Amino acid sequence: MSSTTIDPPSTTKPIQKSVLRTTINPWLMPSLVVALFVTIVLSVGIGAVHVTPYEIWLILRKAMGGSVEVDGTKEAILLVIRMPRVCLAILIGAGLAISGAAIQGLFRNPLADPGLVGISAGASLAAVTMIVLEVKFFQTLTGLLGMYALSVVAFGGACVTAFFVYRIARMAGKDLITTMLLTGIAINALSGALTGVMTYLATDEQLRNITFWSLGSLGGASWTSVLGILPFTVIALAGIPRLAKSLNLLALGESQASMLGVNLKSVKRQVIIFATMAVGTSVAVAGIIGFVGLVIPHLIRMGVGSDHRRVLTGSALGGAIVLTLADSLARTLVAPAELPIGILTALIGTPVFLWILFQNRRR
Amino acid sequence: MLDVRNISYRIRNRKLLDGVSFQAKPGEMLAIVGANGAGKSTLLKLCTRELIKFTGEIQLFNKQINTYSDKDLSLFRAVLPQQNSVVFPFLVSELVLMGRYPHFEFHPSEQDYAIAEMALKKVGMWEFASRIFTTLSGGEQQRVQLARVLAQIWDVEQGILFLDEPTTGLDLLHQHQMLELAHEFTQKGFCVVVILHDLNLAAQYADQIVMLRAGQIEAVGTPRDVITEATIKRVFNLNVWLIEHPEMDCPMVIPQHRQFTDNQPLTNRK
Repeated sequence: MSSTTIDPPSTTKPIQKSVLRTTINPWLMPSLVVALFVTIVLSVGIGAVHVTPYEIWLILRKAMGGSVEVDGTKEAILLVIRMPRVCLAILIGAGLAISGAAIQGLFRNPLADPGLVGISAGASLAAVTMIVLEVKFFQTLTGLLGMYALSVVAFGGACVTAFFVYRIARMAGKDLITTMLLTGIAINALSGALTGVMTYLATDEQLRNITFWSLGSLGGASWTSVLGILPFTVIALAGIPRLAKSLNLLALGESQASMLGVNLKSVKRQVIIFATMAVGTSVAVAGIIGFVGLVIPHLIRMGVGSDHRRVLTGSALGGAIVLTLADSLARTLVAPAELPIGILTALIGTPVFLWILFQNRRR
Repeated sequence: MLDVRNISYRIRNRKLLDGVSFQAKPGEMLAIVGANGAGKSTLLKLCTRELIKFTGEIQLFNKQINTYSDKDLSLFRAVLPQQNSVVFPFLVSELVLMGRYPHFEFHPSEQDYAIAEMALKKVGMWEFASRIFTTLSGGEQQRVQLARVLAQIWDVEQGILFLDEPTTGLDLLHQHQMLELAHEFTQKGFCVVVILHDLNLAAQYADQIVMLRAGQIEAVGTPRDVITEATIKRVFNLNVWLIEHPEMDCPMVIPQHRQFTDNQPLTNRK
């Protein structure tokens, strides 16, 4: 039983009140924040050159303009290589997980994930097409944008697909969410097939590029790529939690949600736009990273219950932690080579998820 | 309060409602009865603005229903749905507080907590407050949903409450408690519109009954005016006896014995 029965009966009144105010595992959110901080320090420190937390502190102080003596190599490694990579992992992890939680809430389906509305599929199709078909247009783009051309094209692909899925579902009319789900599945299958065609046409070297892309990696991290996705992710991270109440009401069903004053149209549009911004940009810089968007929200729900006011923020924190950790492993496990991060998230995440699921069922 | 004027609703070429008019006043419980497919739910959905494309007029507080925003309506109008499917495992307390969402921005006020508590106690589900909603039985879920709906308009002066077959899945005691509670709200000046299948419940609790047949009004008025052998025969194709309620001034419906066996044999004898 819960703590209510343990407390002395003399204070019955406040206890009765607190039943409505119960938050499940109130310590979980603060500990997620602490865990994120520890993860950051850890990830920045480990690698071929080890940097202690104290050295990190010194290097940061120097970067802020303080006059302290630090090791030049370590400073360079930290500021140029590891810090941007960790920042990128945080942004992408948080963005993927919060979008996943919001999409699951919107579709009223715990099995939904951002890939379902065609965002990831569209992005990867665009990227693969660009890798394989070295068309004039793409070459001009590469000339203009250099190494970012691929990211821009991928983001464009994400936006176009999400827009298409939304439009087709709108045209089909009444039950927007079910139709979107079906349209998303259809579009996913189509872009899967087209990607397959591209793979078939590809040369050996292009195949290697495609694999890299479809398994995901944060290897290309730099301050430029961090700054590139920062505005999009920040807008999504700030915008989605504002929809928490509406997403809670959506769990009662669409008609009940609107009876309680939710503007369905605007909520749907906002969730889709924010999710496309976060997921589209993350696919653009790091390829497809599975698992995070689907499973992190589940883990958080097991911990804090279903209230989206906690699930959304919790997912963002959880996603950031998991992806940062996974990336540290990706670059250290088989050093000096690197594992694709998508493989790691699934490889480690699945057993952990199954274990927690099992523990939960037994209770 | 609720004024429905000559509304018709068609979907493709089927006319679901045809020229329906009635009025429900504050402090009144209005029951909508009729056979399956007579248009009861459609009528309710039009009144709650879940369906919008109709001809005719629906007014709330002498204003066209279309002129309200969803937000405005949610402050004084609550709807208990027939089916409730809640997808995520919310706590009962979280679910009831959702009824107060229209009234607060991010954090519930003291009053919101107090109302949620009163509503839960009112439906007798206070002990279940920290349980997970999806693990409750059907009848218990229905009562929690009622608490949520009541909490939504608890502190309004003149609210309007729509109940779509609220007694489904409830045992005899809770069926009567549910309608007793609805009646209590009419005493506060609320208007309650309820779809009922049980004519006896309708006769006992409603101030006014709207009886629908194939999308048209068959009869409207007090229970004694509407519930007659003739109307029931026409609407439900059922022969009934009417007797007096032992202590209340209302009729009670008792179906006649063995009226189907002759024309519809269960087995085909060859």
